[in-house]
Amino acid sequence: MSLQQILFIIFGAITLGAALLVVTRRNVFHAALFLILSFFGVAGLYVLLEAPFLAAVQLFVYVGGIAILIVFAITLTRDTMNPLENGAGRNRQWWAAALVAVALCGMLGWVALNHDWGAAPGPVLEHSIAILGTTLVDPEGLVLPFEVASVLLLVTLIGTVTIARER
Amino acid sequence: MIPLEWVLILAAALFCAGVYGVLSQRNGIAVLMGIELMLNATNINLVAFWRYLEPGAATGQAFALFVYAVAAAEAAVGLALIIAIWRTRDTIILEDIDLLKG
Repeated sequence: MSLQQILFIIFGAITLGAALLVVTRRNVFHAALFLILSFFGVAGLYVLLEAPFLAAVQLFVYVGGIAILIVFAITLTRDTMNPLENGAGRNRQWWAAALVAVALCGMLGWVALNHDWGAAPGPVLEHSIAILGTTLVDPEGLVLPFEVASVLLLVTLIGTVTIARER
Repeated sequence: MIPLEWVLILAAALFCAGVYGVLSQRNGIAVLMGIELMLNATNINLVAFWRYLEPGAATGQAFALFVYAVAAAEAAVGLALIIAIWRTRDTIILEDIDLLKG
């Protein structure tokens, strides 16, 4: 077994273990902390898949942005008189949800194992980040979705302030 | 080299952990965390397919970046909605938010 495979197993175990703790912890704040650990594990997986730029974006956007946002939301909505109730836990249909999740996982795993994915992959080009950059702003490439994404983020910014504003 | 199947199975398991979280949690913020797990799983798949099937093209990584933009927007709006509901209804337990129930 190569070093890459051992590292993949370690990062995969961190990601998946933390994710399972996220959905099973009763205390929602603990769940948020495990979510951050899971994001770190995913960043490690991107490094192993030779996508260092996405690993950095993962740390900036998820760990630096979304995780902080979630922690803020938890502290803002905390019921100080009833701290345990805030955790809330699982609802009455949790066993059906677990059944659906396990069945879906088995189905996806079966497809992944039984499909022929073709020959071994070639090496990643040395300047793959430069190619990504030019593709994103190339009129023949993805410049339209790129600009739409920036408009989406602007609309989100305004909409979020409007929705969460104190009236 | 890591076999592609390993990556796909890990992503599938991560996605299903997210599905379970979305379907089983009573807390609105916990449901949003489940959605984030699912988006992470799709991103792992996009990067894996880019690396193993089309390492010369940039579209796989570019799509992952668009998923990041949409995920950030979704998290921001979702949490703003939860805070707005907390202001007016004093709860974020999803079963208690039933204003539209007939």
